[in-house]
Amino acid sequence: MERVLVVVGASLGGFDAIATLLSTLSAGFPWPLAIVQHRSAEDVADTLPVMLQRRCALPVHEAEDKDPIVNGHVYVAPPDYHLLIDGGVFALSTEARVSLARPSIDVLFDSAAAAFGSSLVAVVLTGASSDGAFGAQRVKAAGGTLLVQDPATAESRVMPLAAIGAAAVDQIVPIGAMGEYLNRLAATRR
Amino acid sequence: MSDAREALEIELLTEGIFRHYGVDFRHYAFASLRRRVWNSVHAEKLVTVTQLLDRVLHDTDAMERLLLQLSVNVTSMFRDPSFYRAFRDKVVPLLRSYPFIRIWHAGCSTGEEVYSMAILLEEEGLYERSRLYATDMNEAVLAQARKGIFAMNVMPEYAKNYALAGCKAQLSDYYLARYDFALFRQSLRRNVVFAHHNLVTDGSFNEFNVILCRNVMIYFDRELQGNVHRLFHASLRRFGVLALGRKESLRGTAHEHDYAELDAVEKIFRRSA
Ligand SMILES: C[S@@+](CC[C@H](N)C(=O)[O-])C[C@H]1O[C@@H](n2cnc3c(N)ncnc32)[C@H](O)[C@@H]1O
Repeated sequence: MERVLVVVGASLGGFDAIATLLSTLSAGFPWPLAIVQHRSAEDVADTLPVMLQRRCALPVHEAEDKDPIVNGHVYVAPPDYHLLIDGGVFALSTEARVSLARPSIDVLFDSAAAAFGSSLVAVVLTGASSDGAFGAQRVKAAGGTLLVQDPATAESRVMPLAAIGAAAVDQIVPIGAMGEYLNRLAATRR
Repeated sequence: MSDAREALEIELLTEGIFRHYGVDFRHYAFASLRRRVWNSVHAEKLVTVTQLLDRVLHDTDAMERLLLQLSVNVTSMFRDPSFYRAFRDKVVPLLRSYPFIRIWHAGCSTGEEVYSMAILLEEEGLYERSRLYATDMNEAVLAQARKGIFAMNVMPEYAKNYALAGCKAQLSDYYLARYDFALFRQSLRRNVVFAHHNLVTDGSFNEFNVILCRNVMIYFDRELQGNVHRLFHASLRRFGVLALGRKESLRGTAHEHDYAELDAVEKIFRRSA
């Protein structure tokens, strides 16, 4: 069976968008998800995964160094670290901020594209940043699938528009339909 | 499905650097190493990783630049204030019973973590009987660490961390402000030894009560992490304390069961066997 990974990037307005996406994934969603939500370095109390868990049937964790990527689990980048995909495990880095962000969406997407190639599905959500645009290019160059939140449904349209401008998007999806879109994609690629 | 040619070129680069210069990046974590290698390729205005190998083998200045690019030296004073709070609450009481305290900061970078610890120990009345061994593989960061001079513009952030860490005075009590720089008090350094040590190739050099190795092993692959944990286990006294970065763990290492958790969130462990 093909091993697929879903990576998700979000910034301003991201919590609600991610919660909506996760709450509309089916309970048996087969793929792992790795999420970068821009957050402040002080936000260390594990609040993001705990809050998301309330809205999501799949188990949600904050990723740790060398954690294995398990199907059907959701992983959130810890604050103040870049999250990377390293073969079948997660890796972390404290390298300088990229586009003012640590974690950076570009760093996650680029490493995931290198590790998963055409078996990667990348999702760019709401944000007032251009983080994710370079990553979107890398995803497409490696043959992956690129989905972008319909800017009309985004709290901030800057990030979706930057991704749309940077790479050949496979599908623009309203946020309310993103979970269902992924459910169907997973069903067809089994 | 990773790009096999890219992986090959990076392997040849690290092999070439090791064979020619003796510096061993062969077991660094691939994903972050790859990022830094490409940063170097672009900084050198080259196109391929193989061109970078060619250049560093024939140009020692280029090798110096690559070394700086490959190591991640980002650090700050009282990084993760909650870690220092936990250290004060859970480790300091253990240290009080020792007549002499040896602490190893492995991968100390530019020294911010070491000065933070020196301040904490000073405030707890333990500094006089402590010796801090601060090591790194990178001579350039050690030279900076020895100076104890940090940029003034980061002091507000450090002062905030200092207060959150539960420290007792003002951070500014410990430094002199000189134009754009904060000069930390010489006396904070009186029991600190800064020395070169490479965790990949150098062995144990003392027995410690505490080893801190935070945000260093995230750059290593599992095999190398395993080796370094063996080194730490051999360098730690029985009931000694091991502190890792807040997103690291002992899981899957051979020494997982040789430590008890002192603080699960702050990743502070105590050697039990
Ligand atoms: C991100 S800094 C961590 C600084 C500090 N411990 C902290 O947590 O803020 C990583 C440091 O590890 C050092 N390092 C990397 N590989 C090493 C090795 N093989 N031996 C010793 N130090 C190493 C780097 O030179 C760098 O200064």
